[in-house]
Amino acid sequence: AAGAGGQQWVLVEMVQAFYEAPAYHLILEGILILWIIRLLFSKTYKLQERSDLTLKEKEELIEEWQPEPLVPPVPKDHPALNYNIVSGPPTHIVTVNGKECINFASFNFLGLLDNEKVKSAAQASLKKYGVGTCGPRGFYGTFDVHLELEERLAKFMRTEEAIIYSYGFATIASAIPAYSKRGDIVFVDEAACFAIQKGLQASRSNIKLFKHNDMADLEQLLKEQETEDQKNPRKARVTRRFIVVEGLYMNTGDICPLPELIKLKYKYKVRIFLEESLSFGVLGEHGRGITEHFGINIDDIDLISANMENSLASIGGFCCGRSFIIDHQRLSGQGYCFSASLPPLLAAAAIEALNIMEDNPDIFQTLRAKCERIHKALQGISGLKVVGESFSPALHLQLEESCGSRENDVKLLKRVVDYCMNSGIALTQARYLEKEEKCLPPPSIRVVITVEQTEQELDKAAALLKEAAQSVLN
Amino acid sequence: INHIVHNGGLYKRPFNEAFEETPMLVAVLTYVGYGVLTLFGYLRDFMRQWKIEKCQNATEREEQKDFVPLYQDFENFYNRNLYMRIRDSWNRPICSVPGAKVDMMERVSHDYNWTFTYTGRVIKDIINMGSYNYLGFAQNAGPCQEAAAKVLSQYGAGVCSTRQEMGNLEKHEELEKLVARFLGVESAMAYGMGFATNSMNIPALVGKGCLILSDELNHASLVLGARLSGATIRIFKHNNMQSLEKLLKDAIVHGQPRTRRPWKKILILVEGIYSMEGSIVRLPEVIALKKKYKSYLYLDEAHSIGALGPSGRGVVEYFGLNPEDVDIMMGTFTKSFGAAGGYIGGKKELIDYLRTNSHSAVYATSMSPPVVEQIITSVKCIMGEDGTTIGEARVQQLAENTRYFRRRLKEMGFIIYGNEDSPVVPLMLYMPAKIGAFGREMLKRNIGVVVVGFPATPIIESRARFCLSAAHTKEMLDTALKEINEVGDLLQLKYSRRRLVPLLDRPFDETTYEETED
Repeated sequence: AAGAGGQQWVLVEMVQAFYEAPAYHLILEGILILWIIRLLFSKTYKLQERSDLTLKEKEELIEEWQPEPLVPPVPKDHPALNYNIVSGPPTHIVTVNGKECINFASFNFLGLLDNEKVKSAAQASLKKYGVGTCGPRGFYGTFDVHLELEERLAKFMRTEEAIIYSYGFATIASAIPAYSKRGDIVFVDEAACFAIQKGLQASRSNIKLFKHNDMADLEQLLKEQETEDQKNPRKARVTRRFIVVEGLYMNTGDICPLPELIKLKYKYKVRIFLEESLSFGVLGEHGRGITEHFGINIDDIDLISANMENSLASIGGFCCGRSFIIDHQRLSGQGYCFSASLPPLLAAAAIEALNIMEDNPDIFQTLRAKCERIHKALQGISGLKVVGESFSPALHLQLEESCGSRENDVKLLKRVVDYCMNSGIALTQARYLEKEEKCLPPPSIRVVITVEQTEQELDKAAALLKEAAQSVLN
Repeated sequence: INHIVHNGGLYKRPFNEAFEETPMLVAVLTYVGYGVLTLFGYLRDFMRQWKIEKCQNATEREEQKDFVPLYQDFENFYNRNLYMRIRDSWNRPICSVPGAKVDMMERVSHDYNWTFTYTGRVIKDIINMGSYNYLGFAQNAGPCQEAAAKVLSQYGAGVCSTRQEMGNLEKHEELEKLVARFLGVESAMAYGMGFATNSMNIPALVGKGCLILSDELNHASLVLGARLSGATIRIFKHNNMQSLEKLLKDAIVHGQPRTRRPWKKILILVEGIYSMEGSIVRLPEVIALKKKYKSYLYLDEAHSIGALGPSGRGVVEYFGLNPEDVDIMMGTFTKSFGAAGGYIGGKKELIDYLRTNSHSAVYATSMSPPVVEQIITSVKCIMGEDGTTIGEARVQQLAENTRYFRRRLKEMGFIIYGNEDSPVVPLMLYMPAKIGAFGREMLKRNIGVVVVGFPATPIIESRARFCLSAAHTKEMLDTALKEINEVGDLLQLKYSRRRLVPLLDRPFDETTYEETED
């Protein structure tokens, strides 16, 4: 009753005040109320972000606009336009452009490309499964051959799990973005191969390049990052850090200093991703790669990625490591989930190649001895210098002195390569996409050593290169 | 939404596409289902954190426990609590050729899908409605396989070098000439992986300062290629030509954002058949727009090459259009040709440019020779150049199977998405529990199906997807339809509110493809 009474009293007061107020006050209040109502109902004020073009002006703009041609014209003498045509299998003796040569250009390190056992394993698989898998791994594309290959690779590398991809390039290019996202930091070597660069670009993380194999530079960058972290500890707690290095670098032929990297890993709490495409099946007592070469515990490396297209002479790639890490790629590796799986015959070929690698552990030592031999033989060629470790099966021969422009260097090296091809040694120049590489390596001739080459052939190749350099460069 | 279009003469045959709306009750129940699952997920996570329940996830190493965690806990919430429950519907291992019937290795799980063990038994002769085997070339016997075997014994399995170095075999050149002839374009180039064909060539074609107009539902490879290129990406509504035209107009009139400079190039990315929706791109309209606004068209025919068109030449032939109107015709060899890899076809200047600038030609190993031989043999078979009419018969069979299967499913009352002529048939399930149930029930009845849920589809639109094949006989389809009918009744999947009057069961229509006027 008191409340109702109170309300009534307030109402009466209001009505009284209304009657007693001066006229101008009421008029002012009335105008304000009308203004508010108008504002409430008027259209929202649009920012003039689009200029008001008439329909005719728009049509004129559309008429006038001329796009660039879809692709710029390619000059007919572009060095990469006309490929070498290989007739027949690219094995030890290869027929290039009609000439028979000894093959010093295919990455067939262990000579497994025309191994009879590998071929018959692939044939058996072909008879059972046909060629294609007709589906990605998630939708009836998982064959027992894939599961077997993954198990065998994990056992060989002594890790918990392995995952296979159907394309070598896509392996590391899908693995990196699966873990490293926007805001994470990746420290990568300058000489990293193009697949790693594409993986980093797809991940949208912060990339920090350190000078090739320069641990002091890397430590400097890590220290800088540490001071950054202390300024913003909350952000640092969720920013993942990775180091991406290769076991045996494709672009320079040397190996990374893995023991120092492991020390840096534990000191600054960064994870290591190791790309072992060239060192798998080459380094180490049993061919397990650079971890075996240095005698490091494989669990210290978070992820090892390699492609099966070099030593294993098949197609595809794999990643191996602990289940905690590898299992994640089964749902987030783009090249794994959204792409058809590896054809079973190629997986069977890889399994057989692994068998051969396990049964003949002495081929690795033989290969390394051959590499040392030719490395020594190629020293002292006037005009060309050898780039790469003495036990690396993929060497580069660069010009000692550049002629000024990259184009001319490339032409000069082409003449050397042609001279060698005409005399029976098949070589190739190392190919790069000049505009796309972050740190473009200088032009070079790629020399690949395989276990099938005899000592006479190695000596012949070295002598021929000396001759070619003499005649072309002097 | 139901579109039946005879748009002003652009379409020579009726374009019949339907995406029936989700019934309101079903949508509500689906959300409720996800809500319940999420609640239980939180409960289980809580129990795992307080060690009441054993955590079966793999964990970080002891020595690295103080590193920044590799995965955010929430990222894996869906994985741990929803995906794990129905994980047995995916990654099913098979041990025979992925043809019309397939053998599957039986696996059981004793701990609710955290680990699987193989019992050693093989489930034989499952009708395979999941593999992309549109023309039935997934065979382990026959002329394709014999040719591949011969090449394998001559060449070996790998190549060990890139196209630009020592990996360009004569076989690759032969393949490329054949593919160019098959598509009706000047020149073509082949690559080892379909996914990589997109992700490595789109960056070579467009760069900063260019505009990419991409369909809403494009495949991950197209999205990745567009992102890696550095161009500006704008998305238009799925298969919606008004949305595309508006974007084109705005782009040309207003230029690049902020600087207002004109765009260097505009590239439209579309697919022939969209594999999750079963819809076919409105190609005549896209080409008309492309010509009007002077942009370039990139057509990804991963699923439609070999599967559409009176002679299997893809979506361009299906609509009776000129292949020269499509600037970049891309496709894969995985689906209709039973091999692996991808190709791009177009004018000679385009292919020459790609030979020198494609990332794949410089850095990636070339295709394996037996795979190349399989493609060559299957393309010749489809074209009829091997002297038989097997190819033609298969294309016809696929078209008949498609029409029959779709009609029968619609008559039964299921909601089927997509175009009448697309061999990809999505059947809507909606509710999360039905995803797992459908897959398992069909497997019990010896039929292998593919079920898809979030994140491949929008969260309430989970579906089962059937991929028809020319290798499926009418008996197999009838068996499958009978079982689908049973399971549909069991799980109450017949949501459609529009029932087609069932036609009398008449024999296949011979005039599935009428002669189109040339």
